[in-house]
Amino acid sequence: MTETLVPALDPAAGRPGLSRLADDDLELLLLIRHFELELLRLYGRGELNGTTHTCLGQEYVPVALRPLLGPADFVFSNHRGHGHYLARFGDAHGLLAEIMGREGAVCGGVGGSQHVHRDGYLSTGVQGESLPVAAGVALHLRRTGPGALACVYIGDGTWGEGAVYEALNLAALWRLPLLVVVENNGIAQSTPTASQMAGTVAGRAAAFGIAHRLVVSADVNEIRRELEPAVARVREGRPLVVEFVTHRLGPHSKGDDTRSPQAIRAAQENDWYGRYAHDHPEHFHRFDGPARARVRGVADEVAARPPSRWSPCA
Amino acid sequence: MRVAENLNAALHGLLDDDPTAYVLGEDVLDPYGGAFKITKGLSTRFPDRVITTPISEGALTGVAAGLALTGNTAVAEIMFGDFVTLAFDQLCNFAAKSVSMYGSRLPLRMVVRCPTGGGRGYGPTHSQSLQKHFVGVPGLALYEMSPFHDNREVFAAMVDRGEPCLFFEDKVLYTRPMGQADPLFEVRRDGGLAVVDPAVPDLAGRPDCVIVAPGGTAHRALGAMRSLLLQEEISCRLLVPSRLYPLDAEALLPYLGPVVVVAEESTPGGTWGGEVAHRIHQRAWDRLRGPVRLVCSKASVIPTAAHLEREVLVTESAIHHAVREALRG
Ligand SMILES: Cc1ncc(C[n+]2csc(CCOP(=O)(O)OP(=O)(O)O)c2C)c(N)n1
Ligand SMILES: [Mg+2]
Repeated sequence: MTETLVPALDPAAGRPGLSRLADDDLELLLLIRHFELELLRLYGRGELNGTTHTCLGQEYVPVALRPLLGPADFVFSNHRGHGHYLARFGDAHGLLAEIMGREGAVCGGVGGSQHVHRDGYLSTGVQGESLPVAAGVALHLRRTGPGALACVYIGDGTWGEGAVYEALNLAALWRLPLLVVVENNGIAQSTPTASQMAGTVAGRAAAFGIAHRLVVSADVNEIRRELEPAVARVREGRPLVVEFVTHRLGPHSKGDDTRSPQAIRAAQENDWYGRYAHDHPEHFHRFDGPARARVRGVADEVAARPPSRWSPCA
Repeated sequence: MRVAENLNAALHGLLDDDPTAYVLGEDVLDPYGGAFKITKGLSTRFPDRVITTPISEGALTGVAAGLALTGNTAVAEIMFGDFVTLAFDQLCNFAAKSVSMYGSRLPLRMVVRCPTGGGRGYGPTHSQSLQKHFVGVPGLALYEMSPFHDNREVFAAMVDRGEPCLFFEDKVLYTRPMGQADPLFEVRRDGGLAVVDPAVPDLAGRPDCVIVAPGGTAHRALGAMRSLLLQEEISCRLLVPSRLYPLDAEALLPYLGPVVVVAEESTPGGTWGGEVAHRIHQRAWDRLRGPVRLVCSKASVIPTAAHLEREVLVTESAIHHAVREALRG
């Protein structure tokens, strides 16, 4: 039942080449990249409180899925959700204000980095919790807005939680329009996938009779093309698990990367950012500097805002 | 020595002394050593008995119970105490029940560690203090880490109980020193109870107010005691029990006075402090000038942003005001 999307090799470079992106896709990818880099910079300077999890290296996942999801669809995100949010709303100001606790924060600064709610979008920081909820939303959508789906992002490590399986069973049993997007970055906090998962995601989906797609490519156009028909079938009540083989470029949160230098190098070599700069230098450089500047501008503007307001018992 | 180092040393000591002891949890292996580095060095020294688990709080707590059922000592770490809700069934319906529901006592030596509390900007699902939800489960004991209780001793007490124990560790304590450094006060121990009095003997004997607080709130209570003493000439005594439940109310009695305040990090309603107050009322009502006063956090989620989080959690000044009100009222 598993279908694998393996990228086409670039015969000259001996590795897959990335196809040329539309301007808005490249802009969005770079917005997310520089947003995350800016967060780490702000943390480094002590200007951010608490913790955060950046999606560095994984930005292309929600960017590839963006046009496959419509406004009637409901997206569930997780702790590593800034890319998911930006791909849906493009709203760097609101998200940064949320993370910095400033006026204009999406959720008043209450939820912070990992608890964001906005129309058709919700994230929570407790692993696995969102899947049954997404199943409930999918049940609602099937009845009230046929053709809409619930999409839920989870990591490889989150497959440790029993709620994931209870939800998959319901999704298959009730034929729910549920799209599970697995960002398998090979690690959960400090634990390599091989040390926490027996078998495979594919095998687990198969156990419930749920279709599974393995995406090895980081080519946004290619991924989109391949996934489009599969996502369309989800809308007819055939749940799907799409597993992206991806790479976490940065630390789990901040300053807590205990991986070997080789493992980090492998993640860097797979990074779409460097690869795209190599494959399409003119296009890349036309947008990269401006994206960085734009994010820096957002950070300066948001940092200058007054603290967010909220009343505890309301 | 900082509290985190003392706790880490306690786990090393437990694994050293007890060949049946296991430590398990998420990301507990070296070099990571746990999200809060409390398990650092353990897996290097005891690779067979320090076990990293998938993100499966219910299962890892069940595994700890299974190890305990077969005569081992099991220490499970829940990365953030908030996620102990995922282990509630294993704790409440299996482990705690099993101690007695099979007709004769079945000892289980297991401790579930719960890094707890806010003040670090981790947000609503990573900052709670869930102690109260576990109060009153027969067969389940609750302890709280404190700077005044050596963790090796506390672990020995928990293991010796032979029933599942939850150990709440207020995360802000990790980086604080063991003991207390304020020269205004002196700490002494009476069994599991730490008693902190003003260092001036005249004030120590007859405190205006007695504050009862678990370990995680103790430094905030001490801060309030300092300002009360210096600004208002109000002298207080602080009582910090290591075991929260079952509460040894008898142990508190000799140290109580006519005015008692309980301060704890918890949303209001059905709190540990309510239990303490009730037990004190039963035994010492005649000696009290009024009912025991409760200080806890607001009935609210714990926001992420620092300026909002501060409004919600128990502060020194909230304790300060509660003591002043209690003395006036
Ligand atoms: C129930 C629960 N347990 C533990 C955690 C702490 N935690 C946050 S992220 C994480 C690792 C998640 O790994 P994975 O699902 O692979 O996602 P990734 O971080 O790699 O994106 C852990 C253990 C949590 N948030 N929720
Ligand atoms: Mg992962």
